[in-house]
Amino acid sequence: MKRILVGIKRVVDFNVRIRVKADNSGVITEGVKQGINPFDEIALEEALRLREQGLAEEVVAVSIGPPDAQNQLRTALAMGADRALLVNHAGVIEPLDAARILLKVAEREQPFLVLLGKQAIDDDNNQTGQMLAGLWNRPQATFASTLEIREGIARVTREVDAGLEVLEIDLPAVVTADLRLNEPRFVKLPDIIKARKKPLDTLDPAALGAAPRPRLTAVHYAPPPARQKGQRVKDVAELVASLAAKGLV
Amino acid sequence: MNRILVIAEHDGRRLAEATARAVACAQAIGGEITVAVLGAEVAEPARAAASLAGVAHVLTFAAPANAHALAAVQAPQLAAVAVSFSHVLAPSTTFGKDLLPRLAALLDVPALSDVMAVETATRFRRPIYAGNAIVTIEAGELRPILATVRLASFEAVATGAAAAAIEAVAVPPELPAHTRFISVTSQDSGRPDLATARRVVSGGRALGSAEKFQLVHELAAVLGAAVGASRAAVDAGYAPNDLQVGQTGKIIAPQLYVALGISGAIQHMTGIKDARAIVAINKDPDAPIFEAADYGLVADLFEAVPQLIAELRSRGR
Ligand SMILES: Cc1cc2nc3c(=O)[nH]c(=O)nc-3n(C[C@H](O)[C@H](O)[C@H](O)COP(=O)(O)OP(=O)(O)OC[C@H]3O[C@@H](n4cnc5c(N)ncnc54)[C@H](O)[C@@H]3O)c2cc1C
Ligand SMILES: Nc1ncnc2c1ncn2[C@@H]1O[C@H](COP(=O)(O)O)[C@@H](O)[C@H]1O
Repeated sequence: MKRILVGIKRVVDFNVRIRVKADNSGVITEGVKQGINPFDEIALEEALRLREQGLAEEVVAVSIGPPDAQNQLRTALAMGADRALLVNHAGVIEPLDAARILLKVAEREQPFLVLLGKQAIDDDNNQTGQMLAGLWNRPQATFASTLEIREGIARVTREVDAGLEVLEIDLPAVVTADLRLNEPRFVKLPDIIKARKKPLDTLDPAALGAAPRPRLTAVHYAPPPARQKGQRVKDVAELVASLAAKGLV
Repeated sequence: MNRILVIAEHDGRRLAEATARAVACAQAIGGEITVAVLGAEVAEPARAAASLAGVAHVLTFAAPANAHALAAVQAPQLAAVAVSFSHVLAPSTTFGKDLLPRLAALLDVPALSDVMAVETATRFRRPIYAGNAIVTIEAGELRPILATVRLASFEAVATGAAAAAIEAVAVPPELPAHTRFISVTSQDSGRPDLATARRVVSGGRALGSAEKFQLVHELAAVLGAAVGASRAAVDAGYAPNDLQVGQTGKIIAPQLYVALGISGAIQHMTGIKDARAIVAINKDPDAPIFEAADYGLVADLFEAVPQLIAELRSRGR
């Protein structure tokens, strides 16, 4: 079976402006709206399009997270994933541990392509795909803005600091989605109902042979330093005068 | 003593300023600093790295396979030397972000992304949630400590120091061939580099078309500034992707940032938090950008910007 594995991380919704707990022990996530990491929606959309073009037969969504991450997996199923896997783990998961778990899942599922987001917008790490590819000893193409699959290879355009880079990689491989890869579809109500019947299995990280072993300690959380309140200027002349007074022009 | 390896970013001719900023982070950690230069052509960048303040050694990895920075090809070469260092740093650019986590996986150690401050040799601060929180991470006994360095948080170290010793490392002949470079296209705007420019003028969705986006370039030219853009402007095709500023674009710290027709979404603002002065021109008085702007002008940009250009020109800029 030509299979694509897609990472789906449950994160605080991108519209929420998070706040740090008063005792500096973390950020407040209780009662805050959660959703699929936006880059993972893009990764999933790309996988669905490849299946729709006949280039893949099955799309499997995998999330490492608490039982509540089933909600995000149900959304992924409603978008069109064929089945879903929850790797049950409450609490923080370092990218290396996520990559170790994804490797075990990849070894079981034998995908020709693993599509992840370029970064999770909670911890902003931008590491998991690269780590998975390293552990798997397979190619990686990060920051993808176009993806073309041919017999056994992929051609990927990457959004890099210098502009657009094109790589050719042998499959299987790991590709991480950037914002401009596509625009994810909206979920329709009948799809949500259909998704309830799709298979969603739960796995245990230790049983997979990849129990998380966090090695970094977050000792303190703080809000960012606040900027000083600015001023309104009434017109261009006042703007230029203000800037000139500060030596900025 | 700490032994710190800094992975250089370069294009075969010039050493990127990002490298000198990563070296500044290494200096903040404190210890003996080595710079690794991988490439097909390494002579010029190695010489430049050797003259950076604080650099004691330069290791070159010269091989045709290193002509383009492919993480899958470079990570195994670095893994072979990384174990003898206490820290391995790379700039938090698309180059460093691509490479360092792969190296970490080969070494079976975690990595820290976007280090913005060094508290001790094992304790670092980094932004999370688009910069809406800052977390302090303790790495403890873990070695080597791998990190990418947030460029906007560190000033480049000086150049022109007494040249450090340059030593060539033998590159293994068997390197992965499963990843092949095809091409890179970059639009050279002729303007200063966005990542390190002292002044930046950015345009948003309000510009309305690629033609009208020229107004942003015009103001940038008068100010001697680099050009940036919001995601909406890039998505709409007004500006190329490498000009995007923000959480998923470039994080910059210019002296002066001018935002034209940009609403100020958190993902955009996280890219300019460290700007010394932010100017916003927006016709909506309630636009969130005004909360962060040092100088806010409520106006139609198509009227205000030509006036601004004229005013600056008349001041002899
Ligand atoms: C995961 C994720 C990552 C993202 N990463 C980034 C990122 O890195 N960078 C980024 O920029 N965005 C990013 N975004 C998008 C971000 O949320 C906003 O959608 C985007 O920044 C909006 O761009 P804008 O301000 O140009 O457009 P808009 O929000 O549409 O704002 C246009 C502004 O122009 C003003 N305006 C209109 N006409 C005029 C006129 N004639 N004169 C003056 N003002 C006028 C309007 O009042 C409005 O405030 C990301 C989003 C997500 C979900
Ligand atoms: N807990 C997780 N569950 C599923 N996918 C994940 C998880 N963590 C990371 N990923 C994938 O890896 C990408 C990059 O995450 P990060 O390295 O944490 O920024 C995400 O966009 C996901 O596709």
